[in-house]
Amino acid sequence: MFSNFDTKVILDNLPTLLAGMQLTLLLTLIAIVGGLVLGTILALCRLSPFRPLSFVAAGYVNFFRSMPLILVIFWFYFLVPRIVGQPVGGFYSVLTAFVLFEAAYYCEIMRAGIQSVRTGQVHAGQALGLTYAQNMRYVVLPQAFRNMVPVLLTQAIILFQDTSLVYVVGVKDFLVSADLVANRENRILEMFTTVAVVYFAMCLAGSLFIKRLQRKYAT
Amino acid sequence: MIELNAVDKWYGDFQVLKDCSTNVSKGEVVVVCGPSGSGKSTLIKCVNGLEPFQKGAITVDGISVGDKATNLSKLRSRIGMVFQNFELFPHVTVMQNINLGQTVVLKRDASEAEEKAMALLERVGLADQALKHPAQLSGGQQQRVAIARALAMDPIAMLFDEPTSALDPEMINEVLDVMVALANDGMTMMVVTHEMGFARKVADRVVFMDEGRIEEDCPTEEFFGSPRGERAQLFLSKILSH
Repeated sequence: MFSNFDTKVILDNLPTLLAGMQLTLLLTLIAIVGGLVLGTILALCRLSPFRPLSFVAAGYVNFFRSMPLILVIFWFYFLVPRIVGQPVGGFYSVLTAFVLFEAAYYCEIMRAGIQSVRTGQVHAGQALGLTYAQNMRYVVLPQAFRNMVPVLLTQAIILFQDTSLVYVVGVKDFLVSADLVANRENRILEMFTTVAVVYFAMCLAGSLFIKRLQRKYAT
Repeated sequence: MIELNAVDKWYGDFQVLKDCSTNVSKGEVVVVCGPSGSGKSTLIKCVNGLEPFQKGAITVDGISVGDKATNLSKLRSRIGMVFQNFELFPHVTVMQNINLGQTVVLKRDASEAEEKAMALLERVGLADQALKHPAQLSGGQQQRVAIARALAMDPIAMLFDEPTSALDPEMINEVLDVMVALANDGMTMMVVTHEMGFARKVADRVVFMDEGRIEEDCPTEEFFGSPRGERAQLFLSKILSH
């Protein structure tokens, strides 16, 4: 099966593949940052003593965690243009879908992180006269983030893989670019092998990096 | 300065504080002692509102702690507190621990805060540790930093919640020395502790608690001379026998 494996087609189409990878990475990065910011806000809402706020945040999280990601992608791709009345473009619609979807997961990670900070630390901040917001900003969240780094990065790797789902709406990420080349050149084996190897290598590197971090901060 | 009037507190059905009344005048040092679970830590945490209470009144410098309209953060910034487990912020340096409240709450500029921090570190004998992280210090050193952090806010009173209970025996004295010096400087102090030597040396009054109730509240000499209550006598005999 691999006897006529043609490496030339990979090299010839490298610019297309790299452009696809660039979009994949950009999508991943923005979804992580956006998801983290929105997720942190949601986590603060969920932990708020003000009931309506925590109720709404909990509803948001439970809703998105009960939805298949692919459905959320479809939903934003087909429905958002209708709501705003003009085409928004594939990239922006999937970006919105990923940020909103990931925020639900990051919220739960951050909530666990915030709760992992001991009450004594919260009291120490309060005793200095810090307000709730100041205490969060300077005492609780920095420690929560540190505790959560391995889990946050693991979620980032999952997200990196999940971005390939944009295939269903034809946004040209790494997988879709490879698929286009595969069909054009009739080299399915070469292209999908390349895609598999690249995803495997990047995710493995990411996992090893996290393991090292965990060992370093285990104490 | 600190006045507690008939304070009651419940955890669910369990009453941890029962009708607690006492006060600490300006410049006075009051030691609160008693068996574990007697409510002394809870009592001191009520003074700056870290723990809510359900009945009675606590005022600090004339401001009601339990009043919903009180700006608790502002009041707390004027009361220093030192905890059993130090509770230094582990993610920043010793210097930044001392500067945080000064810059964020008191809005001092960085150089002023730093100057103050260095002077206080000098005072607790840790000027050379300013750039280390808390985890690099011994327990005794961490607690001295915690005292410096509280003092940086120029508090009108200091609360100590079992400041030496988590320390190895050889480190207890370095912390007590700092506290004695503070007391001699005229700081108003409320100290929850089992260190009866410290109480004898600097306390003006001793409050003895048992099962959520203040059983004794009297001048130091009187407390060590002839404790009236049976429980206080038992407690003292257990503590002082070694």
